[in-house]
Amino acid sequence: MKTPLWQDIPWESVKGIAPTYRARVDKSQWRDVFLQCREATGRLIALWATDARPEQAEFMVHAVLLFADHWLWISYGMDETNPNYPDVSDIFPAAIRRQRAIYDLLGASSGASDTRPWLRHGAWLAREFPLRRDFTVSAATPGGHEESYAFVRVKGDGIHEMGVGPVHAGTIEPGHFRLAIVGDEIMRLEERLAYAHKGVEKRFESLGLIEGARLAGRMCADSTVAYTWAYAMAVEAMSGCVVPARAEWLRGLLLERERIANHLGNIGALSNDGGLAFGQTQFSLLKERWIQTHQRLWGHRYLMDAIVPGGVAHDLTHQDRAQMEHECNDLEQAVRILQDILADHAGLQERFLGIGCLTAARIEALGGVGLAARASGLARDIRTEFPSPPYDTLAPRIATRRQGDVAARVALRFDEISESLRLMRHILADLPEGPLISAPPMATGKQGLGCVEGWRGEVFVAIERAAPDGLHHVHIHDPSWQNWPLLEQAVIGNLVPDFPLINTSFNLAYSGHDL
Amino acid sequence: MNAREIPLQLTQFVLVVGAAPLLAGWIGQCRAWFANRSGAGLLQPYRVLRKLFHKSPVMAHEASLLFRIAPYILFGGMALAGAIVPMFSTGLPFAPVADAIALVGIFAFTRIFAALAAMDVGTAFGSMGARREMLVGFLAEPALLIVLFTPALISHSTSLTVIVMSLTAARLVLYPSMAFAAVAFTMVLLAENGRIPVDNPDTHLELTMIHGALDLEYSGRYLALIEWASAIKLLTYIAIGIALFVPWGIARSGHWAHFPLALAIFVVKVIAAGAGLALLETLLAKMRLFRIPEFLGTAFMLAVLGLLVHFLLGA
Repeated sequence: MKTPLWQDIPWESVKGIAPTYRARVDKSQWRDVFLQCREATGRLIALWATDARPEQAEFMVHAVLLFADHWLWISYGMDETNPNYPDVSDIFPAAIRRQRAIYDLLGASSGASDTRPWLRHGAWLAREFPLRRDFTVSAATPGGHEESYAFVRVKGDGIHEMGVGPVHAGTIEPGHFRLAIVGDEIMRLEERLAYAHKGVEKRFESLGLIEGARLAGRMCADSTVAYTWAYAMAVEAMSGCVVPARAEWLRGLLLERERIANHLGNIGALSNDGGLAFGQTQFSLLKERWIQTHQRLWGHRYLMDAIVPGGVAHDLTHQDRAQMEHECNDLEQAVRILQDILADHAGLQERFLGIGCLTAARIEALGGVGLAARASGLARDIRTEFPSPPYDTLAPRIATRRQGDVAARVALRFDEISESLRLMRHILADLPEGPLISAPPMATGKQGLGCVEGWRGEVFVAIERAAPDGLHHVHIHDPSWQNWPLLEQAVIGNLVPDFPLINTSFNLAYSGHDL
Repeated sequence: MNAREIPLQLTQFVLVVGAAPLLAGWIGQCRAWFANRSGAGLLQPYRVLRKLFHKSPVMAHEASLLFRIAPYILFGGMALAGAIVPMFSTGLPFAPVADAIALVGIFAFTRIFAALAAMDVGTAFGSMGARREMLVGFLAEPALLIVLFTPALISHSTSLTVIVMSLTAARLVLYPSMAFAAVAFTMVLLAENGRIPVDNPDTHLELTMIHGALDLEYSGRYLALIEWASAIKLLTYIAIGIALFVPWGIARSGHWAHFPLALAIFVVKVIAAGAGLALLETLLAKMRLFRIPEFLGTAFMLAVLGLLVHFLLGA
């Protein structure tokens, strides 16, 4: 087998995202692979841990890293009595929170200096570790032990601390933002998330592989297509099931529709945050019509369960396709007019321009992904970096912007809407004939990976079967894990009243993060 | 004071306090129409007030007496201000209580109580809102005073009643100085009433609020009083604008026959002003916080220009 690096490691090929190699590594190799990845300007996709007992008397920590032309999945086995693994947060800062989460869930420690809990908000005790095999939910200590959390203190003349959330004045998801401010200027932001931690990885253990697709589609409603597709991709990789071409193209159509719906909603929300309610009304209207089509054709406004392992659940008739062509034309026209209106609105542009800036170098250092990275000029998009069908044929033209401010993220959303419309037209025109779904996948393989470029960034799923009891472990990863730290950097030096605008321009997931 | 004018005073007081939410409803409805929405209807502010009065208020543990009485002071202050501005008739018995300068003082007085009450419970948002509110206030008040000086110089009095009488007596004379003052007054009105582009009255984003941050800790009847007071304040500001810049149609003291027509003319003016305000708010985005000093500085400069023009041209 062709091995990418480290000839002495026995790499095995993993299905799902080609080409991926997996191996067990030792302590020094663990850090070495991360360092090499950093050198090669690759990025950390996911970092998680599993309980490999009773088959092996150990816990495992896993990382999936993306290199220019291949992926690596490395696993490191930890001693059952004192599980620990080398800290890599100095190489990839996005690992800090993942490592803290791993401790909360499995009790495996990285030796990093920041040992504060991340996922655990007193819903379980510090000595309990929910992902361990010997932890049963019914025997767990009832929650409600909120402990004090040591926010980083900023000291100095005239510096005030201001906490926002987790309960906000509007109906939005829970997140706490601790701002250190001088007057109305932000010196530092510290986020605290995971108020909506749901224990999803534990829940997956009690679900069959096929049932799991429904749960995967409910991680984060605005990205349900990306999640179900990534999950289905991993299941199909495990079972060696071949998805019919028509189903793959329809999945692409669904993903682009989801991207457009969310970008429409987000541009509307941004213009409302800028005080221009007109924009929100118009974009809400467009989004509403768009998702009513979802309801009509797929039976769900947010497209839940439209993708199933092995294929898709619904077909499109010729009439549907013709109607959708019209819908695309209408939307394109309406969006173009609104884009001109927003671009000519000096007051709104002044709110957007030059605030919440992130340079490409900063995003590179923090390992940012998806839309936020593209708005600073980093062309990070799984659809072109590792295109799976139908994107290998569609060849998306990835838009990037260089400024990295709120205006760039708004402009990029407009760019992506028109590109997604182009891709949709291409799919509608060239949709292959054939079945919608292959025979129900039988999970025979050991592991599978799935990764899809959702509208926020890459949604990743890893499934591993743990013999002999046939249980499998599912790890689901939202790109918001990488991008929430970007927000902390983007707001520094900005005004407090501009914070909501910057936050909305990233529009990161709370639910997807708090799995 | 003429005893026959007591009913007039009562009518205006009841109308101002009772109909102020209707103006808020009208502006909301216009904004909805301008954005192609159907809107919640003219009576929505009344429904909100009824809802709030039926809710039991929740008080912060640290709240002092100041926090409890501030809403009453706000409401009382605004109701008083609304009662002394000549809206559809001069000769209000209460009018001599305060001239234009004292009126600005009433607004400043209520603002101080609102800010103190917001800081009273010690939340970060309250203090932040109080700080921003004082920033807006200390820039808007001088501009408002200078705006008032131009008509005061024209009519040789700071009493609103005298100003209205002298301006209406002159028949349609165009004062160039008043044009500058009118623009400056509109800018101050937007800032003082927490409207776009200075503040967004509809936002749910607590970090961006100016006026909204002051009432974040209020609930139930206290919040109802504050919202009602804001509605009265807006109506009063519009009435001041009408009295200063388009006073024609206001009935003279004692002219009872003109009274119904004057009332109708006033209502039409307020409807037009509300629609105009809604249009402005639809077209403009909210400014960045640190643009507000520039905005109010411009208002001040325009008001001073008005004064200069008055001295130069004598008109």
